[in-house]
Amino acid sequence: MKNAENTRGRILMIIARVVAYTILIFLAALCLFSFYMLIINATRSNAQLQAGFTLLPKNNFFVNLKNAWKDQSINIPRGMLNSFFIAICSAVLTTYFSALTAYGIHVYNFRLKKAAFLFIMAVMMIPPQVSAVGFIQLVYKFHLTNNYIPLILPSIAAPVVFFYMKQYLESVLPMEMVEAARVDGSNEFRTFNTIVLPIMKPAIAVQMIFSFVASWNNYFIPALLLDKAELKTVPIMIAQLRSADYSKFDMGKVYMFILLAILPVLVVYIILSKAIIKGVTAGSVKG
Amino acid sequence: MGKRLNSSRGKGVSYAKWGYIFILPFFITYIIFTLTPQIMTFYNSFFENYRSGLKQIGPNFVGLKNYVALFTPDKTGTVGMLKYFGNTLILWIMGAVPQIVVALLLAVFFTSYRLNIKGQQFFKTVIYMPNLIMAAAFSMLFFTLFSTVGPVNQLLIAHGVVQESINFLGIKISVRLLISLMNFLMWFGNTTILLMAGIQGIDQNMFEAAEIDGANSLQVFFRVTLPLLAPILVYTIITAMIGGLQMFDVPQVLTNGKGTPDRASMTMVMYLNNYLGTSKNYGMAGAISVILFIVSAGLSGFVYNSLSKQYRK
Repeated sequence: MKNAENTRGRILMIIARVVAYTILIFLAALCLFSFYMLIINATRSNAQLQAGFTLLPKNNFFVNLKNAWKDQSINIPRGMLNSFFIAICSAVLTTYFSALTAYGIHVYNFRLKKAAFLFIMAVMMIPPQVSAVGFIQLVYKFHLTNNYIPLILPSIAAPVVFFYMKQYLESVLPMEMVEAARVDGSNEFRTFNTIVLPIMKPAIAVQMIFSFVASWNNYFIPALLLDKAELKTVPIMIAQLRSADYSKFDMGKVYMFILLAILPVLVVYIILSKAIIKGVTAGSVKG
Repeated sequence: MGKRLNSSRGKGVSYAKWGYIFILPFFITYIIFTLTPQIMTFYNSFFENYRSGLKQIGPNFVGLKNYVALFTPDKTGTVGMLKYFGNTLILWIMGAVPQIVVALLLAVFFTSYRLNIKGQQFFKTVIYMPNLIMAAAFSMLFFTLFSTVGPVNQLLIAHGVVQESINFLGIKISVRLLISLMNFLMWFGNTTILLMAGIQGIDQNMFEAAEIDGANSLQVFFRVTLPLLAPILVYTIITAMIGGLQMFDVPQVLTNGKGTPDRASMTMVMYLNNYLGTSKNYGMAGAISVILFIVSAGLSGFVYNSLSKQYRK
């Protein structure tokens, strides 16, 4: 009797496993398929692309790469450079100042401490789009269109990154360390830069990646503020590709443009996926 | 917290000013780049202020006229605002329902020690990947893959499924399906990882106790996992809703900003973006923003509550 029940349980377990793996493999394939097609199609010439569907790569990769790289109307190397510059600056500012703000609220006691914290929490979830009208007016008023300042500087105030840093500090920073630095005569600012920042390295690294990616992918505001060709970022160029007269395009080149747009993030992700996935949960609520 | 207060006071040195100094850059930046624009946006919504060709109209104070205009039916009898709000909601639901169901399922798979899934790191890496991909590029990719001469149509024709290529981007339901498919792909991995952390946070004894009592996997899921996961699940859903309200890049690029066909895939933020474009209609855009703000503030109030509850613990 017991034996029979055991075998039955084991068979059920095997079925459950088969079902689970089937679902997982299906979803993984679904995630990978479009990117696989992108890479395959980036290796084919326009004529080969017209000829029909295939799952096998062709030999036109470097021709497409050269065509896309040297395109006159869509200057993708320039766009990548622009996006890279904005994304790096934003990532550095966002992580440094979020850590600084989190440290300020975590370590010190001052009258407005609680109010400041509650305020940041309250505005954390408000979408950036709802202040876009005033933001754009402000940018026009200060003649900062076609300028990267309004795309970089606001990243100093990032409530979500602040929240992540605050949670991290709570779990790792021993107050004794701050006290010890004080005894040694270190001023507060130096204590933060030389003692606290190194402790926060893992959190900073994770948030740097996330804010780099967010800025690299950002489309809404840059598209409203940048219209000079040499200042445009990658997402604007991709959207431009969509509005261009599609039928005249060398499709091999189009696929290559898309591939180049996502490649930097893809490479970083493949190298650092473990840390990135860990970082997803670290800043969120725990039950 | 109390202890910290005493220790710094005990030495007779007040460090309070450093607290202000350290949080100052954040608040100055926030006030300049977010709070002021926010107030300006509200203010603008009561003014007539737009460009008509080369002529600038306004700003003239018009009271609630912009809001009235938002909710006035156009020539075809549709109220744009409601239509686009409805579109956003439909697109969100079509993507979010499968997203949350699938994420729950996967989170249970990954955390079940009895199933003992191998290659978890690989699966997690793959399903999270679309989340980091540039939405504009992802959307452009889908546009090329599903265009009338794209690989999907080539495949369907080659296998005799259809005779002529299907214009996926000209049919309401297929455009909506494509947008929700993209949103699903971009977010289910993220949700899975969040819910997994939630399940791992549940006391393991609960599961053991349920098993000793002879509960099967389904019973464990519905009677133990789900109720204990409820707070984090609700949090995930609400934050997903706030995200859904901001839906822009994917439909914007896929439909070239037009929300085709027949504005059936035009979202709220696309509508807002239209007014911010060449017409620079700050009055109407302001009114849309205020409505977006009210909806998202209502939703974030909930998130705020759940976060601060956690904080009091």
